Amino acid sequence: MSELSVEHLLGIKYLKETDIDLIFKTADHFKEVINRPIKKVPSLRDITIANLFFENSTRTKLSFELAEKRLSADVINFSAGQSSVKKGETLIDTVNNILAMKVDIVVMRHASVGAGVFLSKHVDAKIINAGDGTHEHPTQALLDSYSIREKLGSVKGKKILIVGDVLHSRVALSNIFALQLQGAEVKVCGPTTLIPKYISSLGVAVETNLKKALEWCDVANVLRVQHERMDIKYFPSTREYTQLFGINKEILDNLGKKIVIMHPGPINRGVEITSDVADSNESIILNQVENGVAVRMAVIYLLAQQVKR
Amino acid sequence: MSKKILLNSKDIEIILHRLACQLIENHNDFSNTVLIGLQPRGSFLANRLADILKNEYQVKDLQLGLLDITFYRDDFRRRDAPLAATATKMDFLIEGKNVVIIDDVLYSGRSVRAALTAMQAYGRPDNIELLVLIDRRFSRHLPIQPDYRGRQVDAINEEKVLVTWKETHKKDAVYIEFK
Repeated sequence: MSELSVEHLLGIKYLKETDIDLIFKTADHFKEVINRPIKKVPSLRDITIANLFFENSTRTKLSFELAEKRLSADVINFSAGQSSVKKGETLIDTVNNILAMKVDIVVMRHASVGAGVFLSKHVDAKIINAGDGTHEHPTQALLDSYSIREKLGSVKGKKILIVGDVLHSRVALSNIFALQLQGAEVKVCGPTTLIPKYISSLGVAVETNLKKALEWCDVANVLRVQHERMDIKYFPSTREYTQLFGINKEILDNLGKKIVIMHPGPINRGVEITSDVADSNESIILNQVENGVAVRMAVIYLLAQQVKR
Repeated sequence: MSKKILLNSKDIEIILHRLACQLIENHNDFSNTVLIGLQPRGSFLANRLADILKNEYQVKDLQLGLLDITFYRDDFRRRDAPLAATATKMDFLIEGKNVVIIDDVLYSGRSVRAALTAMQAYGRPDNIELLVLIDRRFSRHLPIQPDYRGRQVDAINEEKVLVTWKETHKKDAVYIEFK
């Protein structure tokens, strides 16, 4: 198979396992490309991509922009902070105005759940969801699985633990979908206030004891505590969170086995993870960032193949 | 669909040895020359030639790369079937080198054009030559001609030249397929 079964990348839940395989195989080739002296291919010369970020982002935006430029696409960037959104323009109007400038693909991050799906029904462009509220962040989940596959050979049959603020995390939800699709076992660990009630309906087990959870897993994906999304107190203090759910060298040393440490960034050093763990040999945090560019190149390339001339 | 055999394994063996000798004539000990097979099909020919040069003509230190040109093609979004890439294996730079591009069949010349663009990512070579097993005359879309050719074939557009290798089809042969 050399074509995606979907027309947009709105979420992992719309993908098939064969789509993920195809994305990863394509990403392998792009990973080789971005390690060449000249890290650029001319494939998307006649494609224009708009990056619409209605919510703050540093690494995802940089990663997408780099991926687009390495494929030779023309790129325009938009941040809600400096735009007419502040003047009351609706999402469809904003996007249609941008599409009137002949844009083929839209990469969008938005604070509202389902913004990508909504947009895909109303505008004539390929949509890539770069995060919609607390819902999905498909490219992050893809690069996480890709990094696990690179480190451990495959994702199938592996035990993956997601630690921390699962409730506010679109990374967690997309990861759960992606990992289960590829045949991995997923468990979550965190304060019960930050574990969503629906989690068991997804076939995900909950463990509130961090040590037990770490003993179970092959890979621990540590999430950031998203203070900005917490309108109420979910745990008494950051210090208490760190004591109960923070990952440090001592707890890992006492496991009697090595586990792979991941983090989607940005890291709150000393809160959910200590510096010595984040910078250790078991951590693949920076590989995730590198793989992010290759995986995003693959997604964009595969969707661009479907753009009509 | 019928097919006619154009070259059998014996013919191919003789041609490969001739091509190897022609390469030695121009490139001596290959100290400043690299061979680049175009993925996927040119790599079988490139590997075979490299083996002959190393084992039968004692060429030491032969550098062989395999280059995928998918992302450099000019028919992206212009064909029905999507393009699938294969791996690139180039663990050297070609700055200042003599490069021999190797492919099985030269038809429109567009793959070679894509290869010329793709190679720019690995430096500026001193010169580039082209070696093909089958040169389909009168079918070029671009001003590209081979420097070394195994056999020249006059095939009309509806006919297809099919090269099979021991590694994939159990025998070396070249066929012309008629519709």
